[in-house]
Amino acid sequence: MLYKLLIGFIFFACSAEVLSAKTWHVKPKSDLSEIKKAVEMAADYDTVYIHNGTYFEDLITIEKPLTIIGVGKPVIDSNGGDEILIVASDNVNISGLTLQNVGVSFLKDRAAIRLVEVRNVVIKDNILKNTFFGIYLQKSSHCKVISNTIIGDAENEINAGNAIHIWKANNIEVIDNMVSYHRDGIYFEFVDQSLIRGNSSKYNMRYGLHFMFSNYDIYKNNIFQHNGSGVAVMFSKQIKMIENQFKDNWGGASYGILLKEISDGLMEGNIFERNTIGVLAEGANRIRISNNNFINNGKAINIKGNCLNNEILSNNFIGNTFEVLTNSKSNLNHFEGNYWGQYKGYDLDKDGIGDVPHRPVNLFALVTDKIPAANMLLHSFLVNSMEMAERMFPQMIPEHLIDKKPQIKPISHDSYQRTQ
Amino acid sequence: MLKITKFIVQDLFRNWIILLYMIFLMAASFGFFMLEGQADKALLGLLNLSLLVVPMMTIIFSTMYYYNMYEFIVLMLAQPLKRKTILSSIFLGLCIAFGLALIVGLGIPMLVMNYSIASLMLLGVDLLLTFIFIAIALVAGIWTRDKAKGMGVSLLFWVYFVLIFDGLILLLMYNFSDYPIEKIILYITLLNPIDIGRILVLMQTQAAALMGYSGAVFNQFFTQGWGIALAFLALLFWTALPVFISFRLFHKKDL
Amino acid sequence: MIHIRELNKKFGKHHVLQNINLQFELGQGVALIGPNGSGKTTLIKALLGMVIPDKGEMLFNGSSIKNQSLYRQNIGYMPQISRFPDNMKVGQLFNMIRDVREDIKADVYDWELYDSFEIEQMKTKRLNILSGGMKQKVSAALAFLFNPKVLVLDEPTAGLDPVSNEILKEKLRKSITNGKLVLITSHILNDLDEITTHVAYLMDGKTQFFKSLEQLKMETSEDRLNKIIAHILNGEEAVHA
Repeated sequence: MLYKLLIGFIFFACSAEVLSAKTWHVKPKSDLSEIKKAVEMAADYDTVYIHNGTYFEDLITIEKPLTIIGVGKPVIDSNGGDEILIVASDNVNISGLTLQNVGVSFLKDRAAIRLVEVRNVVIKDNILKNTFFGIYLQKSSHCKVISNTIIGDAENEINAGNAIHIWKANNIEVIDNMVSYHRDGIYFEFVDQSLIRGNSSKYNMRYGLHFMFSNYDIYKNNIFQHNGSGVAVMFSKQIKMIENQFKDNWGGASYGILLKEISDGLMEGNIFERNTIGVLAEGANRIRISNNNFINNGKAINIKGNCLNNEILSNNFIGNTFEVLTNSKSNLNHFEGNYWGQYKGYDLDKDGIGDVPHRPVNLFALVTDKIPAANMLLHSFLVNSMEMAERMFPQMIPEHLIDKKPQIKPISHDSYQRTQ
Repeated sequence: MLKITKFIVQDLFRNWIILLYMIFLMAASFGFFMLEGQADKALLGLLNLSLLVVPMMTIIFSTMYYYNMYEFIVLMLAQPLKRKTILSSIFLGLCIAFGLALIVGLGIPMLVMNYSIASLMLLGVDLLLTFIFIAIALVAGIWTRDKAKGMGVSLLFWVYFVLIFDGLILLLMYNFSDYPIEKIILYITLLNPIDIGRILVLMQTQAAALMGYSGAVFNQFFTQGWGIALAFLALLFWTALPVFISFRLFHKKDL
Repeated sequence: MIHIRELNKKFGKHHVLQNINLQFELGQGVALIGPNGSGKTTLIKALLGMVIPDKGEMLFNGSSIKNQSLYRQNIGYMPQISRFPDNMKVGQLFNMIRDVREDIKADVYDWELYDSFEIEQMKTKRLNILSGGMKQKVSAALAFLFNPKVLVLDEPTAGLDPVSNEILKEKLRKSITNGKLVLITSHILNDLDEITTHVAYLMDGKTQFFKSLEQLKMETSEDRLNKIIAHILNGEEAVHA
């Protein structure tokens, strides 16, 4: 009896709450023309509609579960002032807003939307323009950042913020956002069990994705293009990187992706195209790099001597200037079954696998790694002939860095992609 | 002088080797651009090839031609003609013939398939290299009376500029790799016309980014207006130097 | 017409010409003779500006020929071995040289040898397939073509057949009578008999003597040039002995 009563009470309480939820309409030149006031007046679980217009407000703090919906793309303009929305309560939904012109501060990382120690918050379909930092999540969990467009106007790294900045969080989903012209497109620090999917991160000053001390995360189907340095994934473990595109990170110190001190990850079905370095691996262990396409990069993979037990399998290397570079004479990684564009061997038994193994390391790449000034000899006859000689009689290139089953034809990754 | 130059140009264009050279360049240029999807990669391939073939072809052929024209030179010398006139006619004739072969064989395909600054630069560099190596060939020819020896000297010049010089630079860099030698290397490269040409063209392509920090130093230099101007000036100097030496040698030579 | 003063030339250690002093005038037929390697060809080449002397000077018509080229308007030269550019045809050669020699008007041309050697008939032949003698004919015709005051012929009769030889000698004789200066080197002294007025004898780069033929005839009481030379040489040997 008591049990039944309890259930009944809970049901009543819930429905009372739902029933009592009110809606508030903020409109310019009406009785309720201030968002801050509406947020203040609203009760828990109320919905605040913000109608078309421009609102010059900042520091709107949301301390109760609310749904804020923009109708007809209302603009909230900080006018060079402080942060705009500060979410300090669980269960907040924010959508359909255009937030703009947050002032740059060197004392505080101002953001258009800041989430502070909250759960179940959804930020969706917003447009952020010139907001220093875009969406800033700290110590939060189970939040979603979906389909937002975040465009900065950063001109240099120092007074630029990150588009989506997440610090100490877990179970976050960052999906289908477009981020550009910030310092970093997406910034992850101490973020676990999270998903980054379908985002497009372009033209950021530093990294398209900056990823540190974060474990058990997945990022998938993202495009990282034309970023200053590319993507950095550092000090993390159990990361799955699937079907992303890393393109056009072309500059003296740029790369598609930097894998630094990371372990037990998977990197599959990605495309690396036109990067100075496709994959730069330092202290990366037990990563499986398979079924990727490396196309027209300067150096497809630069794998440092401190990388252990990585598997580089069934990738296509096409049109790269240098295929693999390392700074060590020994090799503790496994290369097998890749297609190498520079493979000069033959396949007499027609099994699709080259009869002689392939050494993907290029002598000149090694030389320039030791003597950077030697770069000026690139494409000289001396270098070309030295390379040819070295391929025939290896002296300097690591003897064991070898692909014993080089493919004769590029591997079709379609079959792989269908199973995903 | 123009009459003799005209005669030499006509004589050269009757020569099947020059025609073959032109056809080879043309086939190679079209081949690179058709087989290589990326224009930049094709250009780099063409750069590799032309920096090897153009100096080699011009220096070997021009040396041979000088020796073959020896009788002609003597015949002309018996006429009331200045030595300067005779040598300039030969030099100009070779420059025009090889220059045209290059423009038709390399320039036209390149400008049709990939009209860009880098292409123009490559053509300009190859033209200047043509002039330079013709002049060097004349120096070698005038300097040594013996044909075989002269060919040897020419080939030595070629190997030096194409291979040995770079080897020495590499050695230098290896020994001084702890020092910031980029700037010094930059100026040392001005001592080799082939290196100047190669880097000039390379800097116009995306390969520049591959060259890291030293690339950045070079990039700064070779993409600025005055850097390019200085590089071309160096190439012109490289043309003028052997021309000057060959005229000096020829002026005093017993024929 | 031609003054050679204290002319010296060394090829390396080899002293090819030593203090040569000679003077040639128009109307002379000078036979420049001497054994192989005596410096005859070098002297001729020096005169033509092909070999640059180390010391001494050469005056042509009173002015030094050093670094000059225009004086060669007045010289027709027939080299020892006639070689021409490979790809050229005989007609092209004549056209080209005429092109270069625009200083000479067409009505001054001397076509005599050209006609008598029947060069017109081989106009379309390529020079590199001509025989040595035919090349010599072309060369001789070229030397006379521009009607020069001075003719320099280095071993002109070496490859010529007897008939052509006679034609050439006749032409030379006529030239001398017409007041031209003819300078010839030859081994075959018989050939020179009828055209020589003076003899210069070179040996080891030095002028042994330079005398008129009459004087030599008187001194040696010989008639034929080869006899005269033999006489002098024997005489010298006798002196040396």
